[in-house]
Order: sequence, then structure tokens, then C-alpha cells
Amino acid sequence: MTRKDVTVLLLLAALCAVVATASPQFLSVTNLQNIARLVGMYGIFSIGVGIVIITGGIDLSVGSICALLGVLLSMMLVEWDWPAGLALASVVALGAAVGAAHGLLITRLRLQPFIVTLCGLLLYRGAARYIARDSTKGFGTGEGFAWLRAAASGSVGGIPMPFVIMCVVGALAWLLVHRSVYGRHLFAVGHNEVASRYSGVRTRAVVAGAYVTSGTLAAVSAIIIAFYTNSISPASHGNFYELYAIAAAVVGGCSLRGGEGTILGIVLGAALLQVLRNLVNLLDIPGSLDFAVMGAVILIGAVADHVFGRAGQDTNG
Amino acid sequence: MPVSLLQMSAISKRFPGVVALDRVDFDLSAGEIAALVGENGAGKSTLMKVLAGIHRADSGEIRIDGATVDMHGPVDAARLGIGVIHQERELIDTLDVAGNVFLGREPTRGGPLRFLDRRRMHADTTRALARIGVELRTSTPLRGLSAAQQQLVAIARALSMNARLLILDEPTATLPSSDAARLFDVLRDLRSSGTAIVYISHRLKEVERLADRAVVLRDGRNAGMLPRDALSRDRLVQLMVGRAFEPPSIRPEAPAGPVVLQIERVRTGRYPDAEVSLAVHRGEVLGIAGLIGSGRTELAEAICGLGVRLSGRILLEGRPLPIGSARDAIRHGVCLVPEDRRRCGVVAEMSIRENVTLPALASYARAGLVARRLEAEAVRRITTALEVKTASIETPVAALSGGNQQRVALGKWLALRPRVIVFDEPTQGVDVRAKVEIHRLIRGLADQGTAVVMISSDLEEIVAESDRVAVMHDGRVTGILSRADCTPEAVMQLAVA
Repeated sequence: MTRKDVTVLLLLAALCAVVATASPQFLSVTNLQNIARLVGMYGIFSIGVGIVIITGGIDLSVGSICALLGVLLSMMLVEWDWPAGLALASVVALGAAVGAAHGLLITRLRLQPFIVTLCGLLLYRGAARYIARDSTKGFGTGEGFAWLRAAASGSVGGIPMPFVIMCVVGALAWLLVHRSVYGRHLFAVGHNEVASRYSGVRTRAVVAGAYVTSGTLAAVSAIIIAFYTNSISPASHGNFYELYAIAAAVVGGCSLRGGEGTILGIVLGAALLQVLRNLVNLLDIPGSLDFAVMGAVILIGAVADHVFGRAGQDTNG
Repeated sequence: MPVSLLQMSAISKRFPGVVALDRVDFDLSAGEIAALVGENGAGKSTLMKVLAGIHRADSGEIRIDGATVDMHGPVDAARLGIGVIHQERELIDTLDVAGNVFLGREPTRGGPLRFLDRRRMHADTTRALARIGVELRTSTPLRGLSAAQQQLVAIARALSMNARLLILDEPTATLPSSDAARLFDVLRDLRSSGTAIVYISHRLKEVERLADRAVVLRDGRNAGMLPRDALSRDRLVQLMVGRAFEPPSIRPEAPAGPVVLQIERVRTGRYPDAEVSLAVHRGEVLGIAGLIGSGRTELAEAICGLGVRLSGRILLEGRPLPIGSARDAIRHGVCLVPEDRRRCGVVAEMSIRENVTLPALASYARAGLVARRLEAEAVRRITTALEVKTASIETPVAALSGGNQQRVALGKWLALRPRVIVFDEPTQGVDVRAKVEIHRLIRGLADQGTAVVMISSDLEEIVAESDRVAVMHDGRVTGILSRADCTPEAVMQLAVA
């Protein structure tokens, strides 16, 4: 664990302690399971976006991908009667393909990641609404794919499935980012793309790979979230998810300049955001203040980090 | 008797773990050029940063015109008439000359509306440039100027802020020698008009030519002072390293090995009309000399798969190399130690370990996962062989001295057993002792059978360290000198051809 990871973990623990003191409901099994489920769903795509951020890029498209793929998944299963396996494979492949398209535009045409994925955000949202004719999609009572519903809303030994899936994804991502050759190249490119290229790193493949990973993980969470909500309204489903992901990555220690961040930090950041939302719920703060509370707390965190970080530097030298 | 403009006495400054300055004295009179000399880490930059208000001394006293001053930041220093020309010039590429000269203190008109007073800016800039005998269009964007012209703009900027004391940090590091001569003329003119100049340089020949006095620092202390008539390169080096300098031993002319790298009629993007053909033999150091902008770096990059190669062939041991990227070149054992270390040579934020294994990480990996013990062992072998001075291989490269950074930039290729290594300005910004050691490493590589290409603007280095020297001018090779014919004068003749 890096020092930053420890800081985020302590922050998360402190926040949990505060909420638990203010509202005993926080520690109830149902509430904790709920939070864990949400952390799982948001954590998966946050990991993908975090990996993109490590390369010095950004991915604004995950929320819209979630809506488009959710709509398509519902139509494949319910309206077109595709076998579940084929539908899932298609959705994941589509997520990867969308990520690959972003990656190619960014690395081959040298377009800015912000612009490419912002256009993605608009495009996929529009496509979702058009394909669904703006009507809400779902899976009805879900006969025939009960196991899929279980993967989204079920649990094993009391631990919600999405959380379990996120742990598996997180472990794989940890190996990829912190232990593999690709991961080392990811950080090298994030810090200094030119020097990486001079060292023989395939910088374009490394960067494009990050967007493919992000698209793929967005597809995986899209499946879980679609089954969990069972009601995909194309105009609002997945709204702001990209911002949750970016916030999670930044709270978790990623630098938007690239080259910095850890998988554990990103997951802890995602958890922190969900506990904050839970706090708004439990403490009877008006739901309309949901985002404001998150924004305020992250901002206070950033200011504190800056102030204490400075103080630390001063005492050191 | 000149007036004492600046007196710094018993200046001390410590950073965590190091005493950067230990009771250093330095003084300067109006109309004097004092060279500040010392190895990297000797304390020159720290001393000048104290004078420029960037660092605060822990103890000691700074007097200007005899009065004690207390500086809290660069703004105070500027107000006291101290101007700094940094090594990395702090000017803005896209702004024009006038905009840079007045950056941060633009004249305004229109009262509270504070419109830019462009006419005054341009007129005053023309005047500031005229003071140092320079004529430039003040509306040219800075990126349209040569490095030397940009430097003159920086000097004009300092003078227009009424600087009486100029600090120049390695001003000729990126200048071709003809432009350096021009700069010296400007500095001499400024001296005769009463400006005091601190000149920091590793190029001792320049110090010899220019300085009225040289102050030598070693390990954060005053090591000695040489007045004009005692100033010589050998004496300087002696004070810097604390021992007598051994002149390079003359090697016997080595029998040439077989040709490893053959460059055939290669044209690069910068000089599309010029073709270059060269051969590099096994075990030789081929020097490439020439003025800045003569196409040397472009050639190096074309060889190593980084630049544009318009036409021509590159043969490695007789077989054409299909080089389309640095990666292809590296796979065939053709590696570049680039000129711009921090931008191209190393990932400064990452550790020595991560930098050294960056090109060949896959060979320390099983199933795509890095075997960390294997990696660390390999890195330790390389850092030991190259004598990288560091407590740990986990130290970020940014924290190392220039010489040690260069060792890391070289070390990352060693595990690949390269057949050809191209060095672009291998000892730029590196202190005297590290320079000698880097030369030894380069020679060692050649002795082990590597074909070495060494680009350098340092004539002494080119002449002393190369087996043969190819001289370039405007993208063409104007001559190839064997060891016997290679003198600084002969190289310069071909370089300005």
C-alpha cells in the first residue's frame, strides 16, 4: 500500500465512524450490503477510467456507454430473444470496440482524449435514446435469465455479487497495473510519453489498451447495473457515472497529469463516494443536496491535502 | 578601483541530508565578469538561487552597495537590480519578442481599462535590444528565433528591468560556437558599461577567455579564486576536482573491425536535399562533429527509427534494417542515448530500477508479470558496472545528478547488448569528473565490440575520444578525419565549410 492509499483508507474509516455515530442504521446488515453493492457496480467502471487517467488521458463516455449497452442488452434478451451468452458476449465486445475506437482516434489521429470521449458521451446517449425510442427498457420478471439477475442483485455468504465481481476485477486489474509489463509501460507513458517511445515502448498500443480496458469494464458494469435496476430509461440511465469514476480516481490518488494512481486507491475512492451518498440518505439531508455534499467533501479533502501536504514539506525542508 | 557592488559573506544553506553551502563568500564589482565554477553539486546553482531570491540562506549576509539586504523572493531580487538568465530560458514560445521582454509588467494605457500599450512596448523593446547591439523584429514570435537570439532577448529583458547584476547559468550549453562568440561580445560591452556579470559554465575555455576572475566552489565551500592573470584551464580543473588533472592518454590507432552499420544515401526531413553515407566499424567510436543545426541529431534519429527517413538504406551487418520505429531499431540492437535527457532519455519521475529495465522489461517477466527479484538483480548489476552513485535503485532519476542520470540513460541499453549505440551530446551539462567517467564507459563499450557513434559539439571531446570524426554541415558530411588528421582546427574548418 502506498502512503496515499493509507490516507484514503483512514479517511474512509473516519467517514464511516462519523456516519455510524450519527446514525446507527449505517451499520445494519442491509445498509452495509447496499453500500457494498453500489461500490461494486461503480467500482468496476471507475477502475477502467482510473487506468485511462494513469496514462494522462480521460474517459467521459462511460455513463453513456452504460445506457447504450443497457438498452441493447434488454432488447437482445427480451425483444430479439438472443441466447444470454451471446447477448453478454456481444455487449462486452461492443464496450471493448467502443474503447478501441476512442483509443485509435486518440493515438492515430492525435485527437485530445477529452474531446473524443466527450463526443462519445453525446453520441452513445443519443444512440441509446434513438434505439429505445426514448422508452424505458427492462427485463420484466426475468424468466430464463434468473442467474443473470442473481449476479446483479444476489449475494454469496451475505456479500453482494457486484462487490464480489468487483473484487475479482480489481485483483486482475491490480496484477495488470502493478505487476505486469503492460502496467509498467502504462505509468511510463503517463509520466513521459516521449522518453517511453525512445525506450521502445509501443506507446500508442499502451494508450489505446487503456481505453479498451475502460470500455470493457464499462460494459461489465453496464450488465450488472441494467439487471440491478431492471429499468433502463435511456435519457437518464448512467447519467454522471463518468464523473463518479473521475472523482473516485482522483480521490483515490490518481493525478490528472498522468503517471500516478493505484487500483486500491481507485476502489477506496469509489467506496468513499458511496458512503457519502449514504450519509446524505441516513442523516435526512435533502436528496437534492446529494451532489453538493460530495462536491464539498471532495473539495475540502483536496484543500486539506494541499495544506497538510505543504506543511509536511515545510517540516521536511 | 571598482566599486564593490555585491558582497555575499559566510552564506550557508542546508537541505535535508546535505549541506549545500557552507560559509561561502562571493563578491562582485560593477564592470566585472566573475566566473563561478565547480562540479555539479558544488553549490553554484544554490548560491545563485540565494542571490536571486529563490532560496533563503540559513545564515550569512548579502550586501548590495554596502547595505545589507533581505530578500523574500525573486521580485525583491529584481527590484535590487539582479537579473537571472536561466539555463532553461523562462520565455514564452508563442509570444513575440516585445511580449516576452515586458512579460508581467506590460505598459498600459486607457487608464483603468488597462489596454496594452503596444506601441510603447515595441519601441522600448527595440531600445533595449539596441543597447546590446541586437536588431530583431520585435513582433517575431519567440519560437521563430534561434537559441542564441532567444538568449539575447532574455538579456534584453533583464536589462530593461534595470538589472545591474546579471547571472548567466550555462548560457552557451545549447549555442553553436559562432553564436557563443557573439554572446561574449555582448557581455564584454555590458561589462564596459558597468554591468556586473556572474558567469556559470562548465566550458573552462570560455571562462579562460571571458572572465576577469574565477571563483571555484567544491562541495559547498570556497575552493579558491583565480585572478585574470592566473586563470588557466588546468588550474581551474585542479581546484574543481582537488587534484591535478590527467591529460587524456593518446591511444594507438586501432585496426578497424568489420563494418557493423552502413548508412547509405540517407536523407532526413530537415535537409531533404542532402544525402549522408557513413560506415561505422565494430569496436570504433565514430565522432560526428558540426555546428548546432547541421543535421546531426536528425541523422541519429533516422538511424534509431525516431525521425523521418525520406530515402536511403541503413544496413546492419550487411542486411537492410526495416526500421520504422524506435522499437524496431532497439530490437535489432541499435540504441540512442539522446541529447535531451529529461525529455527523451529518462522518465525522471520513475525510479532507477524502472528506467533501467524499461526497454527490456519483458525479458524479466514470466507470463507478462514482472519477476521483481530478477529485475532488481539485473538493475544492481548494471548500476554497479556503471558506478551509478545512489543509496538505492528505488531513487527517482530526477533526484540524481546530471552525470548519474546519463549513466541511467545508458544503462537501460546495456542489458540488450546493443550492436550500435548512438550518443547525442553525451556529456552536456555533466561535471568534469563525470565527463571523464562517461568517456571511459564509451570507450569500454567500443572495446567490447559495440559500434559507437558519438555526436558532440565539444571539440575537445570529439578530438580526444573519437577514432574517426565525420564533420557535418547543412545536412551533408563535409569530411571524415582519421585520428592522425583530427585536430580542433581541422574539425572547425569542415564544420563551417
